[in-house]
Amino acid sequence: MPTRKRNSPAASRLIFGDLWEYDPAPETADPKLKERYDLFIDGRFVRPRSGRYFPSINPANERKLSNIALAGPADVDQAYRAAARAFPKWGALAGRERGKYLFRIARLLQDRAREFAVAETLDGGKPIKESRDFDIPMAAAHFFYHAGWADKLEYVAPGRRVSPLGVVGQVIPWNFPLLMLAWKLAPALAMGNCVVLKPAETTSITALKLAEILQDAELPPGVVNFVTGAGETGALVMGHPGAAKVAFTGSTEVGKAIMRQLAGTNKKMTMELGGKAANIIFDDAPIDQAVEGIVNAIFFNQGHVCCAGSRLLVQESVADRVVAKLKNRIRVLRVGDPLDKNTDLGAINSRAQLSTIRRLVASGVREGAVMYQAPCALPERGFYFPPTLFTGVTQSHRIAREEIFGPVLSILTFRTVDEAIEKANNTAYGLSAGVWTDKGSRILRMSTELKAGVVWANTFNRFDPSSPFGGYKESGFGREGGRQGLLDYVSLS
Amino acid sequence: MSPRNSTAAHARLLDEVGAVDQVGVEERVAKYTTRSIKKEAKSWGLKTAVSMTDLTTLEGKDTPGKIESLCRKALRPYDGPSVPTVAAVCVYPSMVRYARAGVGSSGVKVASVATAFPSGQTHLRTRLAEVRGAVADGADEVDMVINRGAFLSGEFSRVEDEISEVVEACGPAALKVILEVSELETFDNIRKASFLAMGVLRPGDFIKTSTGKTTLNATLANNQVMIEAIRDFYLDTGVPIGMKPAGGIKTAKQSLQFLIAVKETLGDAWLTKKRYRFGASSLLNDLLRQLEKERTGAYQAPYYFSDASESY
Repeated sequence: MPTRKRNSPAASRLIFGDLWEYDPAPETADPKLKERYDLFIDGRFVRPRSGRYFPSINPANERKLSNIALAGPADVDQAYRAAARAFPKWGALAGRERGKYLFRIARLLQDRAREFAVAETLDGGKPIKESRDFDIPMAAAHFFYHAGWADKLEYVAPGRRVSPLGVVGQVIPWNFPLLMLAWKLAPALAMGNCVVLKPAETTSITALKLAEILQDAELPPGVVNFVTGAGETGALVMGHPGAAKVAFTGSTEVGKAIMRQLAGTNKKMTMELGGKAANIIFDDAPIDQAVEGIVNAIFFNQGHVCCAGSRLLVQESVADRVVAKLKNRIRVLRVGDPLDKNTDLGAINSRAQLSTIRRLVASGVREGAVMYQAPCALPERGFYFPPTLFTGVTQSHRIAREEIFGPVLSILTFRTVDEAIEKANNTAYGLSAGVWTDKGSRILRMSTELKAGVVWANTFNRFDPSSPFGGYKESGFGREGGRQGLLDYVSLS
Repeated sequence: MSPRNSTAAHARLLDEVGAVDQVGVEERVAKYTTRSIKKEAKSWGLKTAVSMTDLTTLEGKDTPGKIESLCRKALRPYDGPSVPTVAAVCVYPSMVRYARAGVGSSGVKVASVATAFPSGQTHLRTRLAEVRGAVADGADEVDMVINRGAFLSGEFSRVEDEISEVVEACGPAALKVILEVSELETFDNIRKASFLAMGVLRPGDFIKTSTGKTTLNATLANNQVMIEAIRDFYLDTGVPIGMKPAGGIKTAKQSLQFLIAVKETLGDAWLTKKRYRFGASSLLNDLLRQLEKERTGAYQAPYYFSDASESY
């Protein structure tokens, strides 16, 4: 009836050309960057003992943005001592008083949202529309949410007494610099802990800008301390004897190293590590919206997302249609200057990450998977990678097993529901999964059988401060967000 | 088709065209609204929107004089340089001959609503006669309404047959099939009805969202569902069908968002009045005002732009 063939469809092609090219639309707010960022210890900006600084560059054009202090053992120790000094008073402060500080931080962040969005985009390479519409508002939302918990401690674990742990050491990744900081800081502070936090070395700037907000909010000195540097500094933060608990978000490899380092100590730990999420499309799914979901799942933040839907499992009967639609969809993704408001995919965060992506993509080609890349002109300078699809991928391809952390999607097919579950769970990771179907009962079954911390149904990459987030298996343990996330920052008695 | 078979037919049609998820569609179109169109791109978009406008008056109080004024506005929307003419004037059948005289051989088309617009609630023979009458009076394009009652009760072949008969009655005139999306209620239905209509349309015919006479008219979301249907139908059959959102598009900014949806869903081949139209009236002056702002850097007072009509 509706789709009878008349002309030759072979000639039908969509033209996504330059008839109406969008003019550049750069965001022009001033990020107010300093030439040099010192450590933030005991409520003040202090120079590192070593006097050493390292550059932070803009991955979009490889130009230097600022110099960041390199923290050594003495600096980390100083930070821990400041936190320990601040803890007795902060931990004993009435929850409603602590809540006021968190509300203040959230509001000050909202006030300076555009400035922070531009800084985040310059430092990390993500598109301005994401830092403006997602990272910064969501970071503020986490402070607001946890501000609300601060005076409701008796409801965190009804019938039991909750008390803060003490000083918490936190190390966060470069993919959502300010948001991950908010995920870590807000619950720790709401529950009465003090913090020593190390941002990732390629993306320290928004943390240090937030330190300015902490000063403006008159947060007592020492409650929050930021030490900057690379892996060695991170190991010092995680390994310091003054930490009652450590929280880490980053790669599974580093997470394992931290756990080895801390084995035998009585530190509490939470780990939010890698992922290789299955995004499962059943034949009754609303295909166009599923395609949009696939795009959100893998190309959001250039695929630098631990819960990215990097393995697409499509039911065989609709696989050709889904792949054809997906190819057309990624032809209109705009890759380029992250500060342009129309950019969909910005820059890869660092040269090192770009070479990791290239290496894994080369392995996919070498192992016989079929690659499709959207035809798009990439800027000459800076770190960029086009949206990439691999079809003909099997479970044993490296690109189906290892986390690529880039805009690269591996597409596999399945026939039955059981096969989908089997394939989805056949991974060392278990952070997230997506299910696309019109059938409610199937969603319920999948959500029970998929071994993943988050299962999204007919959507992907949706977050909310009230919803706990965390992994199964080698994706880590502990939860962030919601009431469950608070439990990792208190001791119960 | 007997009502007994209607459930089965319903299911078959849905199977063939697939389901639509409302949340997903709304998420998709929200992305269009974050696009930032500046400078040259903005001017191009505004001019293109002018050239795609079906300048419309559909009022009980329409008179030959008002139609004449509408036609003058259509031919010369503004004194400023390089503003194109609109695509068509859209009127009731009784006004077609005045519109025909008004636009002459300018290339601006005369479109007429017909088939007992907006409800469609009269005998098929009457509706067909209305179409023939409009074409005989000089309509280049006919905007029909589908039989929503038949569609909702599952009588798909009746809906399809009626459209076929209108196609025939149109002769050389292009046909725009109004689905009246607000009465179809769900995105699933809008997608189904789009396919149903496209199956019997000719290349160069259109599907159209709404009459403008009900509460909900064109939105980015129902536009998206329909242009995705057009895209899928084109890739399947090679037949390019046009699209006309109508009603509710009042600002230049809105029209640019609709054009962004077209560019990113159907591609460049649909960025032309041959395949995309706006059914609107007050939109035109906002487009002109924005064009003048782009040209001069300042907003002009509304009274610098001539009124042509004041209906939807």
